Amino acid sequence: MEDMLLYDRIQFAFTITYHYLFPQLTMGLSLIIVIFKWRFLRTKIDKYNDAAKFWMKIFGLNFAMGVITGIPMEFQFGTNWAKFSELTGGIIGQTLAMEGMFSFFLESSFLGLFLFGEKLLGQKLHFLTGFLVFLGSWASGYLIVATHSWMQNPVGYEILQNGEYVLNNFGALFSNPWVWPSYLHNQFASVVTSAIVVAGIGAYFLLSKKNLELGRLYVKYGVIFGLGSSLLVAFPTGDWTAKNVVKYQPITFAAMEGIFETETGGSEIILIGQPNMVEKKLDNKIAVPNVLSFLTYQNWDAEIKGLNEFDEELHPTNIPGLYYGYHIMVGLGTIFIGLFGIALFYLWRKKIYHARWLLWSLVLIIPLPYIANTAGWYTAELGRQPWLVYNLLKTADGISPTVSAGNTLFTLLGFIGLYILLGILFLLMVGKIINGASLKTEE
Amino acid sequence: MELFWYIALAMMLITYVILDGYDFGAGIIHLFLAKTEKDKKSITKAIGPFWDANEVWLIAAGGVLFFAFPKLYASAFSGFYLPLMIVLWLIIFRAIGLEFRGQVNNELWKGFWDRAFGVSSLLLALFFGTALGNVVRGVNLGGVVDGESLYEPIYFFLPLWNSEFSPLNIHPGVLDWFTVLIGLIAVVALTIHGGNWIVLKTKASINEKIKNLNFLLTIVLFALILVSFGVWSLVDPNPFQNFLDYPILWIFPLLTLVGIGGLFNVKRFKKDGYGFLFSSVFLAGALTSSAISIFPNLLPSTNEINPSLTIHNAAAGFYGLNAGLSWFFIAIVLVAIYMIVQYRVFKGKLDDIDYGEH
Repeated sequence: MEDMLLYDRIQFAFTITYHYLFPQLTMGLSLIIVIFKWRFLRTKIDKYNDAAKFWMKIFGLNFAMGVITGIPMEFQFGTNWAKFSELTGGIIGQTLAMEGMFSFFLESSFLGLFLFGEKLLGQKLHFLTGFLVFLGSWASGYLIVATHSWMQNPVGYEILQNGEYVLNNFGALFSNPWVWPSYLHNQFASVVTSAIVVAGIGAYFLLSKKNLELGRLYVKYGVIFGLGSSLLVAFPTGDWTAKNVVKYQPITFAAMEGIFETETGGSEIILIGQPNMVEKKLDNKIAVPNVLSFLTYQNWDAEIKGLNEFDEELHPTNIPGLYYGYHIMVGLGTIFIGLFGIALFYLWRKKIYHARWLLWSLVLIIPLPYIANTAGWYTAELGRQPWLVYNLLKTADGISPTVSAGNTLFTLLGFIGLYILLGILFLLMVGKIINGASLKTEE
Repeated sequence: MELFWYIALAMMLITYVILDGYDFGAGIIHLFLAKTEKDKKSITKAIGPFWDANEVWLIAAGGVLFFAFPKLYASAFSGFYLPLMIVLWLIIFRAIGLEFRGQVNNELWKGFWDRAFGVSSLLLALFFGTALGNVVRGVNLGGVVDGESLYEPIYFFLPLWNSEFSPLNIHPGVLDWFTVLIGLIAVVALTIHGGNWIVLKTKASINEKIKNLNFLLTIVLFALILVSFGVWSLVDPNPFQNFLDYPILWIFPLLTLVGIGGLFNVKRFKKDGYGFLFSSVFLAGALTSSAISIFPNLLPSTNEINPSLTIHNAAAGFYGLNAGLSWFFIAIVLVAIYMIVQYRVFKGKLDDIDYGEH
């Protein structure tokens, strides 16, 4: 039983983590491509269309990876989490089925037209197909976050006498207070990823003295979008999201902030420290007094409940993981704001295209937003443990009763092998697109 | 209300089989008949703009199944764990073949992904047919051994095969002579169907060859169906009950016959679209007839202790099903519009479109 749960969790965590490396770029990049395309329609300057075309190639490949790795996600609700599906299918099946019907059809029907129909459609219709692909991918994100929000804060349901959960308020799935803060937080974070990728590739072009005009354009747009989105991720959306956690999951909040004991006279904010689960304290702590109370309640002395006030049975099962996930996310987010702030200043002073250290930094941070997004999702998911549906269904009670640990380990190993192959192929192809593009424009 | 969602789900699955079915069939033809680079390109272009959207029908049908019949979704997906995972890997492998083949201009690279695409298409057709066979035959719901249920009544777990390879054993496996027979029917039917699509959408040099092959395959298909008809009642004791109760339903088996009849005349058609039309009619007729033969069961039980999963005992609550109607109608209208746009833009022969090679 223990092994079954462990392998089911590892398989889901592995496949969803891998999957979400792709949609976060898809969603943000579709917005940036649509803006390049729109600039081209307005200005008729070719470089904007060249930029749109270049990114469409990477987008197409990235989108395909998202689809390929996304199908297993839907399957696994039933294959590995059958008990969860049986109980909640009538509720969150709504939003998941809507995702298929509204988003996937929209995206898949217009993606082919967008990627290959420029000549066939003419510029205005081509822009429209791009916009529809963007709309589909953002709608998909919305419906997934709505599903996720129900698991974090279940609403609009009742439990029948035979233990079945049934929906009794369809609108509540969308008016759930968890939905919009999480959705916007997540979407701006996906714009951060794509802005950093765009700026990073632009900086790479400039540093390697290839394709200079497009390189400058990518750096400029990447920096502007990067600063705007990383600010919006922190404030107000990150703030809203954290306040939801305080309100609906105070235990989770205490664990992710590393508050083992309630402090009287206001809580400090932890900058660095390692959770020591034996002595229930943080080792090597660096903290600023009272700031957490102020950020949370706008009152320097407000009391925030520590883990000691809650029943240990209900503590998140992996407190160090949760704490690190949260702090890595916040730490990286702060670095992005700082770096893009400096970059914007250099851009304004027209020095950025020659500041090699800054261009190098933009290239080197490309992996970081992926880590930050992943860490953020781990914060949300580990924070919900030991619950699968908060205060309603334990994770251990959601797995498939008939699928043995041996079978799950078999498929987990299969997924690992297949996804390593897939990752290598993807990186090779993306590398080819990036280098191919620069050679072409040099001619 | 359950009946509405049952029909909606069945129609989505049939649409999926007709649409993605031609992709699989095209893959099989690609594997065995396409020898020149030009023919291979024609085939991949004929499915290029569509296959991704076609696969969405499977995902969307899965979503509707999850929401309308959560107990069936939970039971079947966990019980058919291994075959479903294999299907997933094949879908992934096939998609990699299609997406990455054109990225590198190297004979070995292309040759490898051509075969990956063809072989996974063939295996997918076989597995989907086998899946239908499994649903008709039923499973040991509750995992009954010696009159005792090992699990809750809706759950089961199926090994890939049992020692006798027989559907009549109390512990059925995914593969037995009945389900593999249905799998073979699916392979033959989808090969014909994919061939017809290639004839319709391309000017490939092999089109005449495909028509000849399709005629021969139709004979094989007809023979296999007669065999399956002979053994059907061994696994499904009362296949005709619904047809006897509601004679209007005979129209569906009749459609199957019309489809086959049309396919026999494939070489005489002047228009390239007729072959595809008749293979679609055949698929729709065969699938609806199979579904009706087990209705109202969705997944029959092979033991006496636990009841079969039906459209009634596997459905979600009334309120949710009712709430789903509103968005479902809007979505279906939108999907129809997308399909019209898509098939109009990519109308006619597709050999020369600038598609597929990045």
